[in-house]
Amino acid sequence: MNLMDIAEASLLAPYELDTSKLDRVFDHLVGPKTDLADLYFQSKRSEGWVLEDSIIKSGSYNINQGVGVRAVSGEKSGFAYSDEISMEALLASAKSASAISKAGQDGRVKSWHRQDAFKALYTPENPLDTLTEVEKIALLQLADTTARSASPYVEQVIANVVASHDTILVADHNGHLSADVRPMVRMSVTVIIEKDGKRESAGCGGGGRYGLNYFTEADRIKGYVDEAVRQALLKLEAVDAPMGEQVVVLGNGWPGVLLHEAVGHGLEGDFNRKGTSAFSGRVGEQVASKGVTVVDNGTMADRRGSLTIDDEGVPTQCTTLIEDGVLKGYMQDKMNAGLMGEKSTGNGRRESYDSLPMPRMTNTYMLGGEHDPQEILSSVKNGLYAVNFGGGQVDITSGKFVFSASEAYLIEDGKVTKPVKGATLIGNGPEIMNRIGMIGNDLELDGGIGVCGKAGQSVPVGVGQPTLRVDGMTVGGTAG
Amino acid sequence: MTIQSKKDDLIALTQFVLAEAKKQGATSAEVGISRGDGLSVDVRMAEIDKLEYHRDQGIGLTVYFDKAQGAASSGDLSEAAIRDAVRAACNIARFTSEDDCLGLADAELMATHLPDLDLYHPWELSAEEAIETAISCEQTARDHDSRITNSDGASLSTYSGLNAYANSHGFAAVRASSSHSLSCSVIANEANGEGMQRDHWYTSSRVAGRLDSAESVGRTAAEKTLERLDARKLSNREVPVMYIPQLASSLFGHYKSAISGGSLYRKASFLVDSLGSKVFPEFIRLSEQPFIPQGARSAAYDGEGVATQERDLVTDGIVQTYLLSSYSARKMGLQTTGHASGVHNLTVDSTGQSYEEMLALMDKGLLLTGLIGSGINGITGDYSRGATGFWVENGKIQYPVEEITIAGNLKDMFANIVAVGNDWDDRISTRTGSVLVEKMMVSGE
Repeated sequence: MNLMDIAEASLLAPYELDTSKLDRVFDHLVGPKTDLADLYFQSKRSEGWVLEDSIIKSGSYNINQGVGVRAVSGEKSGFAYSDEISMEALLASAKSASAISKAGQDGRVKSWHRQDAFKALYTPENPLDTLTEVEKIALLQLADTTARSASPYVEQVIANVVASHDTILVADHNGHLSADVRPMVRMSVTVIIEKDGKRESAGCGGGGRYGLNYFTEADRIKGYVDEAVRQALLKLEAVDAPMGEQVVVLGNGWPGVLLHEAVGHGLEGDFNRKGTSAFSGRVGEQVASKGVTVVDNGTMADRRGSLTIDDEGVPTQCTTLIEDGVLKGYMQDKMNAGLMGEKSTGNGRRESYDSLPMPRMTNTYMLGGEHDPQEILSSVKNGLYAVNFGGGQVDITSGKFVFSASEAYLIEDGKVTKPVKGATLIGNGPEIMNRIGMIGNDLELDGGIGVCGKAGQSVPVGVGQPTLRVDGMTVGGTAG
Repeated sequence: MTIQSKKDDLIALTQFVLAEAKKQGATSAEVGISRGDGLSVDVRMAEIDKLEYHRDQGIGLTVYFDKAQGAASSGDLSEAAIRDAVRAACNIARFTSEDDCLGLADAELMATHLPDLDLYHPWELSAEEAIETAISCEQTARDHDSRITNSDGASLSTYSGLNAYANSHGFAAVRASSSHSLSCSVIANEANGEGMQRDHWYTSSRVAGRLDSAESVGRTAAEKTLERLDARKLSNREVPVMYIPQLASSLFGHYKSAISGGSLYRKASFLVDSLGSKVFPEFIRLSEQPFIPQGARSAAYDGEGVATQERDLVTDGIVQTYLLSSYSARKMGLQTTGHASGVHNLTVDSTGQSYEEMLALMDKGLLLTGLIGSGINGITGDYSRGATGFWVENGKIQYPVEEITIAGNLKDMFANIVAVGNDWDDRISTRTGSVLVEKMMVSGE
């Protein structure tokens, strides 16, 4: 069965819906002034298990299903949704959503086209069925025993594994029918350690659009555990972080959260259409140091941030945002692209059927440069080497962004020395991008744990970068 | 359908779930069901941006097979879907481990007195009225000053619904509540034409008639935004920091996390074994009032049906209670404190100063008006966050500051609170005035 067949079989057929019935919904939804209208059907199942105190403490199963109905006229969006998929609910939602642009009688869809020629970036197999319950639990038990044997100081291990299977179908006013079946797995391990009366905690995890057997391969669980234990032990020895402006070397991989905050959000189409981003109206300008190339790439196989099609039925692509320091373009959904005279870049995403789509990132990363990471570190007289981060946040209007270093070291005379306590780093996105002094040749993407929040909606994303030297960023430490 | 018959329906559904759980072999079970609807309108540059109709429903249930548990949730409240959800939860319980601390809260702790807390005031608001109000709010902000050049818009939203909870002790209750809010966010240009600043303001209430006027929300949003213009960085310094009430509540939020059962039984808190010890200065009293009519967090029972009660969390600076659910209480050999769903309205006693008197008391230091990021280590209490605010000298605001961080350790910050103002913000569930902390490290250029 192709994706469209799967989606129709689970989202339309059981509710006695077909394209002729959808025609009637569009009759009520679309009017002469409607630029865009769509129906988003979704059925998602997820399951999670938690281990703590060396026992399987809890498990949960979640069913999330419904339909979102949207009509767009110019800059106006009308939206309604229902947790129930039925003709009655669709018609009621269409009536509400069409209130922004009085619907007329010319809304009938001319003909329906099944958009099913896309090459899927992941398998439609249901990850919940890829392991038995006993095997799922064994993943967590392995994390627990591995952690407890990794270090005598491990006091507590909390491990969880989550799998979800998400089937969507988008029907739009042009008669396009698109479908996707999206698997996702994620595992995380947190350890609490105690040594000489001092306690610390750290976590690590990963995942992607795979089956759960992803975690039985390549010693992945041991990798997560060893990393969590290593980071927690390191924190015990950490000295106070320095304060004030420092040269900061950022490690490769997950520290790409810097790009996500410093430039990624500021390059989302909606903020730029409204002129509220620090990057508004700057396409063609030098906005970053030479050598800096940043892309948003939704097309990478099996990655957490990847999508075969976005939530408006548009295939994802690799969009160059910044090339050799010059701003090339924005990430767009259909509505904002239309208003700005551009084409959707396949970045129209929504948390679920009960939320409106908007331009969102997929996997956002900076391409590698020419410098060996060691060469970058030894070029710094005194500074901070930040290799792991918690979360970040940005005010896209002022450009100010922060992120919290969870693993960082002092650089003294070109050498990495003492670990320092967690500290917030703060900067101005457009400024920081012009202070990138050296770019490493070691591009890496994160392990598959990123969640991005915008306007109350969370979506899975990927980040990445090579080792970078930023020549001046404020570090929120306490050591003068 | 009257509100009473809607309530009866939800209660009947909870009983169906409990019966189904029993039928499928569960020794006990608990269930929460919610249903509600709302309307939200976003306008921007005097036009509708989004018009959203919300209609939410959901069920969350946990089944226990002796001392093992399984949980499930669903947005579908049909009997067939509920049966499936119960089946999924029961299946999970077959694979989870036995844990003596699991289970319902003890039967004798269930709330028996369920006063009407006056939380339900639905607003019959048409889309047209909502749009008109939001536009006038935004217009006031945009007309306020020529430096306001752009807008993130204004939003008006209303929501009302029901929440039912029942468990197999025979406890079953449903509460109706509403919430309404109006917010506005505008953008001003720096004098040099280079940068932009944005700020916002909002009003919220359970009763539409108690919202601040659209004009006052718009005006305040504009004033807040203009105040941010031409902000500077600060050099590194150790200075007193005054948190405005909206941010002071976050300090007490960190305190609540640190004394919550989940952090304590894992020993993942900087306040382990703090019961009876002095964490704040003597003048600090934190008290919980769950029964405030129309209160943002008012409730007569917690998420396990346990009766809430008025109590001090802190008296004379000394920790009076932890915040425990039945599970974390059993893990610690204690009894639940009725905090399975957090603290129900917290009041921080003031030391009597007005906002201006607080500034005068600080004399020279940082007035903190914005925090960004979440650099807090709950185990050690280490604290480092991005900040915006104003530099204050001689008790008077000098200029706005940005792109700085403030850092310290929460234990020290709690112990070094100098004063709590009487400039309460009634919108937030923690009733506190401004809080002056004796000293923190400010990092800038």
